[in-house]
Amino acid sequence: MPSATAIPGGRFVRLGETARRAVHLTVDGRPVTALEGDTLLVAVLANGGHLRHSEFGDGVRSGFCLMGACQDCWVRGAGGERWRACSTPVAEGMAVLTQLPEATWPRRD
Amino acid sequence: MSAPPGPMPIAATPETLRADVIVVGGGLVGASAAFFLRRRGLSVILLERGLVGQQASGTNFGNVRRQGRALAQLPLAARARDIWGQLPALLDEDAEFLDSGHLRVCYSEEQAEDFARYAVDARPYGLALEVMGAAELRRRYGLFGPEVLAGSLAAVDGHANPRLAGPAFGRGARRAGATVLEHTEVLRVEREGGDFLVHTKAHVTGGEGPRCRAPQLLVATGAWGNRIASAFGEPVPIVAHGPQMGVTEPLPYAIGPAIGVTTKNVAEGMYFRQVKRGNIVFGGGPKGPAYADRLRAYVEPANTLNQLQQLRRLAPALGGLQLIRTWSGIEGYVQDSKPVLGPSAKVDGLYYAFGFCGEGFAIGPGIGDSMAELIATGQTATPYPDSHIGRFAACQEQAATAA
Amino acid sequence: MAAPRLIVVGAGPAGVRAAEALVQAGLRPIVIDEGRRDGGQIYRRQPDNFKRPYAQLYGSEAAKAQALHHAFDTLKPRLDYRPETLAWNISGGALHVIRDGRAQALPYDALLICSGATDRLLPLPGWHRAGCYSLGAAQIALKAQACAIGRRVAFVGTGPLLYLVASQYLKAGASLAAVIDTSPAAPAAALPGLLARPALLLRGLGLIARLRRAGVPLLRGATPLRVEGDADNGADALVVREAGGRERRFSCDAVAMGYHLRAETQLADLARCDFRFDDASRQWLPAIDADGRASASGVYLAGDGARILGADGAEAAGRLAALAALHDLGLQPGAGQYAAEHKALRARLAKMERFRRGLALAFPWPQAQAATLPDEAVVCRCETITAGELRRCATELGGSELNRAKAFSRVGMGRCQGRYCGHAGAEIVAAACNAPVQQVGRLRGQAPVKPLPLDVEVVQ
Repeated sequence: MPSATAIPGGRFVRLGETARRAVHLTVDGRPVTALEGDTLLVAVLANGGHLRHSEFGDGVRSGFCLMGACQDCWVRGAGGERWRACSTPVAEGMAVLTQLPEATWPRRD
Repeated sequence: MSAPPGPMPIAATPETLRADVIVVGGGLVGASAAFFLRRRGLSVILLERGLVGQQASGTNFGNVRRQGRALAQLPLAARARDIWGQLPALLDEDAEFLDSGHLRVCYSEEQAEDFARYAVDARPYGLALEVMGAAELRRRYGLFGPEVLAGSLAAVDGHANPRLAGPAFGRGARRAGATVLEHTEVLRVEREGGDFLVHTKAHVTGGEGPRCRAPQLLVATGAWGNRIASAFGEPVPIVAHGPQMGVTEPLPYAIGPAIGVTTKNVAEGMYFRQVKRGNIVFGGGPKGPAYADRLRAYVEPANTLNQLQQLRRLAPALGGLQLIRTWSGIEGYVQDSKPVLGPSAKVDGLYYAFGFCGEGFAIGPGIGDSMAELIATGQTATPYPDSHIGRFAACQEQAATAA
Repeated sequence: MAAPRLIVVGAGPAGVRAAEALVQAGLRPIVIDEGRRDGGQIYRRQPDNFKRPYAQLYGSEAAKAQALHHAFDTLKPRLDYRPETLAWNISGGALHVIRDGRAQALPYDALLICSGATDRLLPLPGWHRAGCYSLGAAQIALKAQACAIGRRVAFVGTGPLLYLVASQYLKAGASLAAVIDTSPAAPAAALPGLLARPALLLRGLGLIARLRRAGVPLLRGATPLRVEGDADNGADALVVREAGGRERRFSCDAVAMGYHLRAETQLADLARCDFRFDDASRQWLPAIDADGRASASGVYLAGDGARILGADGAEAAGRLAALAALHDLGLQPGAGQYAAEHKALRARLAKMERFRRGLALAFPWPQAQAATLPDEAVVCRCETITAGELRRCATELGGSELNRAKAFSRVGMGRCQGRYCGHAGAEIVAAACNAPVQQVGRLRGQAPVKPLPLDVEVVQ
């Protein structure tokens, strides 16, 4: 039986395939380490509990279908990128934001 | 009076219902006319083929604007704007009307000059407009792209939710005592002893619906307005087109006014508004195909793609958003781009209110109110210049001669 | 005559076998797929740098998975294959796609839509919390990413996938809190259908036995009551009522849920295909003939996006629909192949259809649970709209037709366009209005099929 690898605070538990190259990214500015071949969703959720905040005040979300159908895992990048986390491979240096933009967003350059 | 629970009643049995007025067509105009007729004490039957507020008045952009309308229409638009502001008192709900302003912007100096001229011309009608340059626009709103040159703000206009407004008037009319029959299609209208006798079909049972009898009849059937008008010898040159609408995912609520580009170039037409929940609703540009006979209208993918490009041009800050849904509806466009409003030129007791050419939503409740006034009293404080059906008399005669 | 323009949407079992039939007929179809790699959801391929062998990934289906992958690898040089491409609209005889932020219109003579299915979901109070996933999601996490969706996972729902995914988690070394099946033991009426595919039936029974042996709490005929937890940390327990009436709480940090499958029908809808209500599964499906022809001219549907027959059925349906298209276009040698094969393929599908009906009886969609969902439960996860609000719109506002209820309540208006709330929403509206569910209608598909970035670039 493979040994389970869980990072404190992480939601997802790795059950194998852990001998992959490390990839570094930040989540809300916090540096975390993922593995090459991870989806962005797995990269974030192996290191934390959520992907985004609901727009309607009912708390955090962590994706739902993992097959690009529910659209509940869209995250923002610090450079304005939009990533559907379940179908986007993680890449070195990604800067993921899980927070909603400030209400001043129309004034951003 | 309180609303009985459950969905609106469905016509089932053929019987003859009587009222002072029959309103055909349960769009925003017909539903609000029924509501205001009841408030004037007249008995009303509202006949709707499908569901109240389902066609053009439920699928349009939701602009509640006076700015940019023909000056002659401004008194009517002001009347409508007052009603929008009174919805909670009238209907016990607000249809998400936000008096957050209506802003027109432009890409050309020529158009900027038009803004200034229109602001002067509109002032006597009580419409205050603030014209501003590009720097002021960006200071206030951020948002705008480098091609935007000038803007004109009507601070107390705004926007509302079209999906809610028509049905809210329909329920209001029913609470006020109108007989509102959904799924009831008018098959034909006869004259009998000075009355209109309306034969209907009940769509749920597929059988005959109730016959309805009244001395006065209001035709508020939008893109289908020609059916009854033609039957009374007053055909109107009207065609159906579909607005091309879309909505993005939500962002925190930050944009107050409904914003539209004023341009002579149809391809660069664009308007958008942010609803309180955060989504950006948009439309504009070339229309799509609409089939009044089949009750279907479509969004052309090429139009959607053009709109996204225009939206980015207008407001680059929206470029990071995503479109989540598109829709269309069936709007009636009259050949001379003016609606058909007021009494028939040929038949006593017959009134028309249709053919709003994609500009009916904002003035809809004002039309309903003023048609109720006209039907109840024989005149209205907000008449409809250039909108009488008699203007097509020449082409009607031609049609008759050719036939 | 110009080369016929043939497009296959989807590179799962149906799409791959459809493409194969077209290539065998000497054509070069375009294959549009949203995935990064072929295989669809059922035979989803793991990333290149993963090492697990087929047997570990696909278990008893390893040979079929390998065969399908191999077939596609062989076809690839003879295809115009476009992975990571979204088909977002259909209009005027053209499929509209977007890839890498670039939009393009692809006219077709025949369009084979093999769009597959998603999990079919029933809301549960608390299911919008972090840590709640579809069963398919739980399986994808494991199969494609070698992860469990949590430290301790509860499984709830009904259908074959419930036991399959739970067993896969058990085998992979995950910790299982419970397996909760809303269906009671299969009624005798289900048996004749299930016996149409005895090997599948036996395999399913084996999975259940293995879970029992492992000591995983396994309840049948249970009613899920709620997912407990909080807004910041997500799920921490699943509470259910046993068939006998006792309430039980299972501590967990993840819940995988699903009630068999829901056909992915948006493209068929945008192609203006007719739909009909399928009594067996209580869902609207595109109308197709025995070969997969839709009502819209030049449109063919195959696989779980049209009839939920599973992967084997999808392979057969994909091939049959492609041959039918070649027959209809009068293209040899495909038309001859159609004449030679269509009867046998139809017979295979008929057997699978019997099995599908047996499954629907053994694992019924628990519509009563949707109808009685507590008012405070979120129905629409995208828009965070509750069952109570939907009921109010259905009754007080007159939203007794589903699209009307959507217009008033926003249920189904969010990013997923009703994929996960639409079926339950229909049951809620039907129950609130005391109407048969088919009478309230179905959520109409609206473009884009999935969100379209505003910064899309148009290419000719």
